[in-house]
Amino acid sequence: MLEVKNLAAGYPGRTVLEGVSLAVRPGRVLALLGPNGCGKSTLLRTISGLLPPLGGEILLDGKALGDYNSRQAARKIAYLPQSRTVPRITARRMVLHGRFPYLSYPRRYSREDYEAVDRALEAADALALADRPLPELSGGQRQKVYLALVLAQETETVLMDEPTAFLDVRHQLEVLALSRRLAAEGKAVALVLHDLSLALTMADSAAVLGEGRLLALGGPEEIYQSGVLARVMGVRLDRVYGPGGWRYFCDLAEED
Amino acid sequence: MKDSRISFTRTEYILPALAALAGLSALMSLCLGAVAVRPGEVLAVLLGRGSGPAVPVVLYARLPRTCGCLLAGAALAAAGTVIQGVLGNPLAAPNVIGVNAGAGLCTAVCAALWPAWTAAVPFAAFLGAFGGVLLVLLIAERTGASKMTLVLAGVAVSGMFSAGIDTVLTFFPDALNGYTDFRVGGMANLSMSRVAPAFWVVLAAFLLALSLAGELDVLLLGEETARSLGLPARRLRLVLLALAAALAGAAVSFAGLLGFVGLIAPHMVRRLVGEDSSARLLLAAALGGAALLTLCDILARTLFAPYELPVGVVLSLLGGPFFLWLLLRQRRGRGNSHA
Repeated sequence: MLEVKNLAAGYPGRTVLEGVSLAVRPGRVLALLGPNGCGKSTLLRTISGLLPPLGGEILLDGKALGDYNSRQAARKIAYLPQSRTVPRITARRMVLHGRFPYLSYPRRYSREDYEAVDRALEAADALALADRPLPELSGGQRQKVYLALVLAQETETVLMDEPTAFLDVRHQLEVLALSRRLAAEGKAVALVLHDLSLALTMADSAAVLGEGRLLALGGPEEIYQSGVLARVMGVRLDRVYGPGGWRYFCDLAEED
Repeated sequence: MKDSRISFTRTEYILPALAALAGLSALMSLCLGAVAVRPGEVLAVLLGRGSGPAVPVVLYARLPRTCGCLLAGAALAAAGTVIQGVLGNPLAAPNVIGVNAGAGLCTAVCAALWPAWTAAVPFAAFLGAFGGVLLVLLIAERTGASKMTLVLAGVAVSGMFSAGIDTVLTFFPDALNGYTDFRVGGMANLSMSRVAPAFWVVLAAFLLALSLAGELDVLLLGEETARSLGLPARRLRLVLLALAAALAGAAVSFAGLLGFVGLIAPHMVRRLVGEDSSARLLLAAALGGAALLTLCDILARTLFAPYELPVGVVLSLLGGPFFLWLLLRQRRGRGNSHA
């Protein structure tokens, strides 16, 4: 479990977030929500260990994240960054790099690594793409390969920064379904999402960031009722009850 | 990229084929010249069973030169592969980003101040090359530079180092007398005593780079992803660039400011072996670079025989247009893309 206590995150000389306390729990999907520039990505990068925290504590299984070396941490936390390069390699080779934290110098991939890669490709529905070069794939297909890379790391915690960006609606839904499956397997999942309706429908809980702090943390129902999400995003948030439960949707806020 | 679907079976044959090509070009390089020596005779001489006038021709006139070509070609191509990978910039190469010029300056200084210490020259050249690479890296990081800015910074840094070389030569006009064509790079009048120290530097740096090929593979995924996979990306980048500097510096220490091998060879072998494995790419680049430089050297000394062009001239004639083609391709946005 990844716990954050009174965290200050940002860059030297520029604090983006302060006083954030939350936990990414096994078996649960946490959505990080908030307007552009509110620090969602900064928070995710900080708790994945890529950015040093400016204050507060990050605990991984009860131990400070800073006490793990980078390879140990990479066996516990997988992080999918927002900007993703497209190297000219095959999908399988790409996913194989997810095994990197398990190797020691000089790196030799073993049979188990290749098996883990095939499992990851299958789980991400990318097995058919395995031998294709990345630059040839469509955005949605590439995203599946990136998800497989994250899965090949076989970590307990999975952090993803806008995993649905630039995807068509079916691929978006597939990414979220995969996140749910990961949680069902007992992994702790946190996602930065821009689509509020999707986020509130599929996440177990949501953290609303804005004004340099954590504004609200709770289940979708609680977040909706508090009205804080609509306020900070500057929209009107409504819902209707449909097949499969509450469905949320946004509108422009009325001028007053 | 039409040809990017590279089957693994095909690439299996590429490394032996490139090795054969390098071997063949080396043999040709030993055979051809003012006095033609038959291949069988060359092999006999190399095995110590030769006799007659062929022995001094092959062993003392041609062998150092051939070895120099193979070594400099392999070293510069491997350096180029590492630099292009680490900087994520297909336009980068040792001569483009100021590595060669830095090595050249330190070679000149070393040769001017301590003319007797030929064995120290590769190490001095390494320091200069590493200085060049650090300077360009610093500029790139400070400005968040684009690929083009990096190249321009390299031009500026190269210019400064070149001016340094000229200054040294003004005060010590004889410093580089041991080198026939230092400024463009040439292999004429090479002696084994100059190639040998560089050989050990190249061998060590190449083996180290090869052992870090897995790390380089991960680095190619982008710094964020690499770090999230537990790779100390910044430290590794410096280590790899230092190795590239050692490779390029060692080559410059005996061959002068050879351009473009480090740019062309990696691009050519990338088309042949793909980019899945940096280890395979490094091996292929080294073999391809060795063959390329040796063949260019053969051209340089046979094209206008009995006159000889410095091999650097031939390389620039080939490399200049190639570099322009790369530039145009970048312009059309066909470089490494980002999602």
